[in-house]
This record gives sequence, C-alpha cells and structure tokens, in this order.
Amino acid sequence: MSKRVLTVDDSKTMRDMLRLALTKAGYDVVQADDGAHGVEVLQSNPDVDVIVTDINMPRMDGYAFIDSVRKNPKNRATPILVLTTESEPEKKRRAREAGATGWIVKPFDPEKLVAAINRVAP
Amino acid sequence: MDPMESIKQTYFQECEELLLAMEEGLIAMENGEADGEMINAVFRAVHSIKGGGGAFGFEALVAFAHLFETVLDHVRSGKLEADAGVVKALLRAGDILADHVAAAREGRTLDKGHDSAVMEELAQLAGEDLPEAGPAPADFDDLDFAPVPVMFADEPAAPATGTGWRIRFAPHTSLYAHANEPLLILRELKTLGALTVSADLSHLPELAAMDADAAYLAWDIELEGDAPREKVEEAFEFVTGDCDLEITTRGSAPPSLDLQDIEITQEPAGLQPIAEPAAALKPAEPTKPAAAAPPAKAEPAVKPTIRVDLDKVDRLVNLVGELVITQAMLAQRVFDGDNHAANSVDSSLAELEHLLRELQEGVMAIRTQPVKSVFQRMPRLVRELAAQTGKQVRLVLEGEATEVDKTVIDRLGEPLTHMIRNAIDHGLEGPDGRAAAGKPEEGVVRLSAEHRGGRIVIELSDDGRGINREKVKAKAIEKGLIPPNAVLNDDEIDNLIFLPGFSTASEVSNISGRGVGMDVVRRNVVELGGRVVISSTPGRGSRFTMTLPLTLAVLDGMVVAVGNQTFVLPLTHIVESLQPRAEDVRAFGRDRNLLRMRNSYVPLVRIGELLGVAGFEPNPSKGVVILVESGGAGRLALAVDAILGQRQVVIKSFEGNYHCIEGIAAATILGDGRVALILDVDGLVGRCRSNLQDEMSATEPKATGTAG
Repeated sequence: MSKRVLTVDDSKTMRDMLRLALTKAGYDVVQADDGAHGVEVLQSNPDVDVIVTDINMPRMDGYAFIDSVRKNPKNRATPILVLTTESEPEKKRRAREAGATGWIVKPFDPEKLVAAINRVAP
Repeated sequence: MDPMESIKQTYFQECEELLLAMEEGLIAMENGEADGEMINAVFRAVHSIKGGGGAFGFEALVAFAHLFETVLDHVRSGKLEADAGVVKALLRAGDILADHVAAAREGRTLDKGHDSAVMEELAQLAGEDLPEAGPAPADFDDLDFAPVPVMFADEPAAPATGTGWRIRFAPHTSLYAHANEPLLILRELKTLGALTVSADLSHLPELAAMDADAAYLAWDIELEGDAPREKVEEAFEFVTGDCDLEITTRGSAPPSLDLQDIEITQEPAGLQPIAEPAAALKPAEPTKPAAAAPPAKAEPAVKPTIRVDLDKVDRLVNLVGELVITQAMLAQRVFDGDNHAANSVDSSLAELEHLLRELQEGVMAIRTQPVKSVFQRMPRLVRELAAQTGKQVRLVLEGEATEVDKTVIDRLGEPLTHMIRNAIDHGLEGPDGRAAAGKPEEGVVRLSAEHRGGRIVIELSDDGRGINREKVKAKAIEKGLIPPNAVLNDDEIDNLIFLPGFSTASEVSNISGRGVGMDVVRRNVVELGGRVVISSTPGRGSRFTMTLPLTLAVLDGMVVAVGNQTFVLPLTHIVESLQPRAEDVRAFGRDRNLLRMRNSYVPLVRIGELLGVAGFEPNPSKGVVILVESGGAGRLALAVDAILGQRQVVIKSFEGNYHCIEGIAAATILGDGRVALILDVDGLVGRCRSNLQDEMSATEPKATGTAG
C-alpha cells in the first residue's frame, strides 16, 4: 500500500504543487487548508504516514499544529516535515521545539521532497 | 494542459486574492484598526506570493517579496513600530508587489528602476533594527533563493579521501520525540558506501527499568568509499541537536571511546525492536476510531466559493434565455388557438413562468461578484493622486460586498477611476484651502455601493468645494453647449459637466485632463445600461450617483407598436407615457415638433419617421407619446402608435451578429417569434437634441428650458 501523506498549507498553489509532486511519486495524498483543518483531517485519517506542513497559516499556524499532533497519542510518532522558505534557522528551531521531524526548503524540487519523506518515513 | 501551467494559473488567481487581503490589511493598519491577526494576514499574503513565485522562478518578484516580508516580520514581532511613515512605505511596497505579480503574469520582468526606490526604503526599514536580517541593498542583484540546507560550519568539508568516515551517533531522547528514526538515517548512509555498524548497548538498562521513550543506544559507524562529508552530514540534517554526532575520517585516530565492542554486521534492521522505542507508541489498529463515525467537521470560517469558467456560464445564461422565449411562444400559441381546457394550461403556464424566472435568477447569480474586486483597486489610485496633488485624502469604502454582474464589474473600473481622479483633482481643496474653509486638512472621498430597487447604486462623494455653478454655466455658454440666456436650475447646471467637450479646469491638469472628460464617464455608464447624476452643495462637496443594472442579459422593457414594427423601450429610461392633446403639439422650425408638457417644451419625435417604418400613425395625438430621459442629455418625447405591454426581454446583441446601428441598442425575440428592436434611448435623445440645438441657436428659441 502506498504511503499516505497529509499536506497542510493555506496556499492553493502550494497545495496543488505538493499534490502533483507527491502523486507522481506514488504517494496517497490528503490535504488540509490550515492547522485547524489539519487537525480535523487527521481525526478522520489517523493512519497518515507523514505530515508536511507550512508554518504561516491562518486560524492555526504550523507550530501550534505540530504541537497538537505531538500531544495526540495517536500521532505523536508521526513524522512531520515543515515547509520553510530559504534557510530560516529561527523558524526551524521553533518548529523543532514544537516537535517537527525535519524540513523541506521551498521552493522544493520533487526529488528533494521525496528524499526528505524517505528520510523520515519507513 | 500542462499541470504546472495550470498550477501557475492558480497561483496568479491566488495572488489576486492575496494582494486584496494584503491591501485590506495595510489600509486597516493605516487607519489604526489593525490587530495582530490582521498584520499576520498581510505577512502571510506576501509570504505566500513569494513562496509560489519561487516555485516558478520569478526571481525579481521573490527578491522584492522577501525584503517586504522581512519588514513585515519586524512589524509583526514589534521590532519595528508601524507608524504612519512605515505604513505608507508598506502601502507603496504593496503597490510594487502588485506590479511584480502583473509583470510575472505577462511573462516579463519589472524594470529595475521601477522598484529600486521602494526596495531601498524597505532595506532601510529592514536593516535599521536588525542588520543581519535583510540583505544589504547592494546585494539585491545577487539575491539567490536556491534552497541552501544549513550545514555544520565548524569544519571545512574535507576533500574526498577515499578512506571513508568513522561516525559516532548517539541519539538523545528528543530525537525519538521528534519522530526521527535512526534506522532510516543508517539506511541513507548505506546508499553512500559500504557500512559497518556496531551498536553500543552499554547504556541499556534492565528491562524493568527501561523507559520506553528514552534513548539508550548509540552507534559506531564505519562508512567506506569516497562520499563527500556534506553527503554524510546531510543524512543527519534533521537530527542535528537531537544527538551527539562525531564525524571523523577513517584514517585519523578513532575517538577514545569506552566501547564495549559488539560487532553487528548484519542489516541494521535487526536493531529495530530496540532502536525504535517510539514504535511502541503507535496505536494498535483496532483502537482507530470507527470510520463510520467521522468527527463532525467545524464550519469553515470562509464561505466556500467556486470558480466558474465564464464561457460555461454564458452558455447557461443563453440557454435560459431561450427557455424564456420558448415559454412565451407556447403561451402565444395556446391563446391564439382553441380555448377549451385553457384554464389548466393557463395555470401550468404560470407555474412554468415562475420556475423559469427562478431558474434564470439563479443562473444569473452565478455571474455576480462583489464589487470589492474593483473597489479595492481604488485605494492605490487615491494614494498616487494624493501624492501627485499634494492633497491629503482618505478613501472610505462602503458596501464592498454588494454583488453585481461580472460584466458590469469589469467595466466599472474605468468610470470609477475617472470620477475619483475628478473628485481629488477638482473637488477637494488643497490643505491650505481646506484650512481656510474651516475643514479638516484631510479630505474624505467616500465610495459606496448598495442594491436599490433591482439595480446597483454606486455613489462617489467628496467633502470638497462642490461645483462652482457660475463657472460651469459660463463655461457651457462659452463652449456653445447652452444658449447664453438659458434658464437652468442648480441640478441642471451641475449636470452640464457631463456634456461632451466640457472641462472645468481652467488649465487641463495632467490628472483629470488627458483629453477625456466626464462625458466619457457618462458614456461608459450608459453603455452599461445605467445612468449617472451629480448633486453638489457649494463648499460642502459633490456626490455622483451611478445607477446600474444588475445584469446585462435581460431588460425590463415597454413593448410598443409603430406601423408594422414592434420596438422595445428600456423601462429605466421611461419617465411617463401620455396621449397628447392636439393643441399641445407645436410645429417648430421647418419640420420639427415640440410637445408642451406642464408649461415646458420637449422635442417630439415620431419613431416611425426617424427609423423609416412604413404605415405609422403620423398624428401624435392619435397615438401615444412616451417621455424618455437620457442620463444627462435631457428628455425627448417619442411618438408611437400604441403600447403593447411591459415585459422582461432577453437581450440579443447586434454587434456580435450584425453591426452597430445608430439608435438601436440590441434586439430581442418576442412571444410570437418575431424580432423586435430595442431602442437606444440615449443615442436617440443625443441625436435629436443636438440637431435641435443647432436649429435653436439659429432661430430664437421658444423653449423656456433646454436641459432636463
């Protein structure tokens, strides 16, 4: 069975690009528009293998979303990759503090995206 | 379509929404109404524009957005106070960002000179408090946003020696808490060269004392081959700080370790059960919540919207139009034919009509959009005009959510732009003038929209000096637009500014000038089936009121008979209809007529004569006269043979199928299947009155009023 990836991003452009890249790589993709939506989607899809999330989002930002995932016993061991632009050490540090597993630098190329997922998802 | 191309289109659509959200937030900041979330939203908008732009390689856009975002981040975090100057700079930056997006959309790059001033301003704002945050202005050209993974900078990357690497890897508990997995890192290393891994079990406690979440294991790894150091470090990228990591060349002395060497040369997978305490936390499958009872989803905060291809909607609208016609034809046949059982047919037809009307309204609604999209373009215009004229202007927008047909929206921009130029350039006084008049230095321009009686009413008002009627009237006389002795009331004088060739500015300024006047505004509005009037109070300001139809697809019309032809007059232009007495019809000049109505005279025109219809009733007092009014061009009495009724007609454009005909706006199909022409009232009034004007200036006018 193909791995299931949850992507959380408020930008439709980014969601479309993630879906395109991940679907091509053979992943099963579920998507959410922001952190709060991500929490809901996780409730109905607790078996996602990897979460890819943006940080700057309305309603619930990426840090709060990661925190909420880590506090949920069902998903606390689910790898979470954070989307960041350029190298933002501060953002990475905060994301890591919240419990992120790794990060993907935007703009990503599909190979790097898949490599990052392979690095965290068995 | 290429999926990337389609995503690019999504990106530009999204950019438009994001730019609007940005503008909205910045304006709220300007008015001091922005809370933290508003500033966040602005930041996010710029951030998302940058993110997508990077994916499509819009480098200039990304470089600009990056700097913009840095400044916004300082504002958001409180490092930079958003005072009036900063907000103005942000607004200018927002305008430039919109230009960048527009340029990228058209496949070009913005000129360097276009954004350099604002770029410098932003760099200053970004750099003042945090010198390390923004790149120095000199570096702009070299900004490179290619992904650069953070590397460990403490040791220079050793050249590949071919000797391989010796790695000591001791995860901390936090590594597991972050859902990282040593096994996967070891696997990644294995792709770089032959691997010998030995587990250090020395810290493993007794099973009873074991904490499932804690980290007890460490690994010593020998990596053969000539993999570069960066590649090795990259495998550990996500766990930096969550583990003790030493990477040394195999040739160098091994670190002094208290190793209890247990050589494990088998696949590291064998370590999994111990190496992955986190795995124990994964829930057993049956504890999954039953899929049959998904949790109730919270209502999304934003109403879901659809994007509909306009062509599809147009086809649908057309189809419904045909349905309406079919229904009308059916009705006609039933009433023309045999009458028994007519009652039931009658009631079901009424039902059909009702349903059709509903369907039509529903379909029309798909095409409607809030006027916000066009309103939101105005703040930028106002900012630019304020800067050009040195006037202080505050723009107040109201009723932005009011919906109207997309075609109307698309064509609203030009007249609105022109009216705002006019209001700021001519209407508002300069700060000194305002102070002298006892008004606050900041002038207010108010733009509002609302639905009123099945139409949309858009008002633009300013609190400026109002219209100088003496000057306007003198100008109109000077330009020969009205006779010198014309008696006009205040409203009539105000509306003179809509006459073609009228311009009040003694010197044509580079703002309102440009060779187009308010007559163009009126023409734009009239082309949309609307009208525009002005009211003004000297010293207090002016108010332009535009009334526009909600849709351009149907029209409420009066159906009239002239000879063997049927015409439709748009109801919005009709003032009244009457049967004139013979003595009220007066001859004027050689072959003109005037109609006396309540002690004033209105030009009277026989439609049959004007359009060359055979067999029309030549005597107006034996037919019906319909008094029509055109926005600002005045009134006209149209003589027809009879009124057939009032009905909603579906507009069939002439231009697409034939070509423009003077005096005819469009055509429609009536219930009996015949084509009827829809009269262009504004065109008729304009034509007849200008002809009349010529004759009136030649002879002494009998009329007491000229403009109505």
